[in-house]
Amino acid sequence: MGIVVYRAGLLTSIQDSGRWGTQALGVPVAGPMDSWSHRLANLLAGNNPAAAALEITAVGPELVFEEPRTVAIAGAEFEGFLDGARWTTPAVLDARAGSRLVFGARSRGFRAYLAVAGGFDVPTVLGSRATDLRSGFGGMQGRALRDGDRLIAGEGGASRRRPAAAPPPPKLPGNPSSLRVMPGPDEGDGEVFAALTRALFAVAPQSDRMGYRLHGERIPAVAAPYVSGPVVAGAIQVPPSGDLLLLMAERQTTGGYPVAGVVITADLPLAGQLAPGDRVSFEPCGLEEAISALIAREQALLALEAA
Amino acid sequence: MQPRITPLGDAALLVSFEPLIDVAINARVHALASAIAASRLPGIRDVVPGYAACAVHFNPLRTNRTSLRAAIDAAIDRSAAPAADSDRGSTLDVPVCYGGPFGPDLPFVSRRAGCSVEEVVQRHAGQEYRVFMIGFLPGFPYLGPLDERLALPRRDTPRTRVPAGSVGIAGRQTGIYPVDAPGGWHIIGRTPMRLFDLSAVPPARLAPGDLVRFIPIDESTYRRAGARAD
Repeated sequence: MGIVVYRAGLLTSIQDSGRWGTQALGVPVAGPMDSWSHRLANLLAGNNPAAAALEITAVGPELVFEEPRTVAIAGAEFEGFLDGARWTTPAVLDARAGSRLVFGARSRGFRAYLAVAGGFDVPTVLGSRATDLRSGFGGMQGRALRDGDRLIAGEGGASRRRPAAAPPPPKLPGNPSSLRVMPGPDEGDGEVFAALTRALFAVAPQSDRMGYRLHGERIPAVAAPYVSGPVVAGAIQVPPSGDLLLLMAERQTTGGYPVAGVVITADLPLAGQLAPGDRVSFEPCGLEEAISALIAREQALLALEAA
Repeated sequence: MQPRITPLGDAALLVSFEPLIDVAINARVHALASAIAASRLPGIRDVVPGYAACAVHFNPLRTNRTSLRAAIDAAIDRSAAPAADSDRGSTLDVPVCYGGPFGPDLPFVSRRAGCSVEEVVQRHAGQEYRVFMIGFLPGFPYLGPLDERLALPRRDTPRTRVPAGSVGIAGRQTGIYPVDAPGGWHIIGRTPMRLFDLSAVPPARLAPGDLVRFIPIDESTYRRAGARAD
C-alpha cells in the first residue's frame, strides 16, 4: 500500500528538517527551502514537525492514494482538487483508498509542502531523510520524484493530535520582497553592507536549492584577504565580479567568497518562496530584532500546536 | 594568536584566526573544533572547521548565547596549546594515474609551470599533503600546500562535469573529486580509490589533519584497481 506519483510535477523532492551534524565531512544540510511551511504542513497532518514531507516547486504533482490518509498542504498559494472537490492552501484533506489528488494553478509563492499523516518512509542517510539533489543521496534514491514512483507513508499514521485552530498564513513574496540581513563577517568597513542594503536585485534564472544568483547593482568587492571557510544558509557572498550569491538550503558546507551579510533565520522561509525573476531588497537588522522576529514566527506555530 | 568571534547571522558564530593557509593555524582550528564539539552544549547543531576559521551552528531558540560564548571561550583556552602528537592524523597513500584521458590538463600545467610532464608528476607526488579541510562536496579534501612551481589560477571556464576520482590543482592546493561534479581546478590525474562511501563509517575516507601521499600508477594498474573497487 502506498501513494503512486502519477505525475511528479516540476521539481518535487522528499525533505525532512535537514542533515545536521555531518558538515565537517563536506555533507550539505539540505532540508526545506521554506522550513516554516514545511513544519506547518507536518503540524496540520498531526506529525512530528521534522517529519519527511514533499517539497513542491512551481508545478505540483498528481498523486493516487492506495490507502486512506490525512494530507496537509501548506506554503505557496495553490489550488487543486481531491476527487473533483476544490481545495486551496493551507489545506487538510482526507484521502480515501483510490483518491486522486491534483495540483492546479499557483497564485503566489513558489514552493508548497505536502505532508501525509505518519510522514514519508524512506531510509535515513547520515541521520536524515532529506534529499540532497546534487550529492545524489537521501529521500527517493537521492533524486527528485519521477512519474510512476511509489511513496510509502509511515506506519501508524499521525503521532499527534491535529490542531483545531485555523493555520497562520505563511510569509509570501511581495514585489519587491524585503529580507532582513545582519552584517556578515567580511563586510569590511561597512561600505559593502551599506551598498547591499541600498540596492534592488532580481533572482536570476540560474538559481536552485543550493542558492540564488542575484542580478542588480554592482556591489564593491570586499578588500579583506579571504580563504575558503564555513558558510550558512542566508549568507550573501560577494564574488570578485558579477552577481551576488544568496546561499539556500542545499548550500555547500564551505565557501570561497567573502560574506557581506546574512539573511536572518526568521526571513529565510520567505527567501525560500522567491521565484526566478522576483525582485528583492535587503534591510539592515540587528541581532535582537532577528531573535524577536524568530520567536514571533515560532509562537504562531506553537499556538497552533496548543490549540 | 587569539581568535576573533563574530556572528555569522543569528544561528552561527564564526571563530576566525588569521586568514592564511598555514599548518599551525589550521591545527589550532581543528583542535578548537574538537574542543567545542566535546562541550556538548545543548542547541549546537554542527561544528564546521575550515582553513583558518571554525563555524558553530546552533538553534537560536534552544541556545543561551552567554553559555555558548563561555563554552567557546573555554574551548579556545583548552585547545590553545595542542599536545605535540594530538594533531597527527593518519597517512593515506592515494594511487594516481597521471595524464592521458585521466589528466587532461597535465600538458597545460607542464607548459605553464615551464617544466616537463614528468617533472610535474614528480613534484606533485613527491611530497606529503595535509588535509586542511573537507568541503565543497561530500568528502572533498582540500590538500596543501602544493609546490609553488605548480600553483596556477583556476581554469577560466569551469568544466560542467569532472569525473569522480579526478585529482585537481588550484593555487597552492590540490584535491580529489569524490563524486562527479562541475569544477574549475586543473585535472592532472585520477585515482581508482573511493573517498566517500555512504556504507562506510565514517563515510569520508579522510579527516582534517590527515596526511596524503600520491603514488603514481600506470593505466593498467588503474584499470585493475578500478575493477576491484567496482
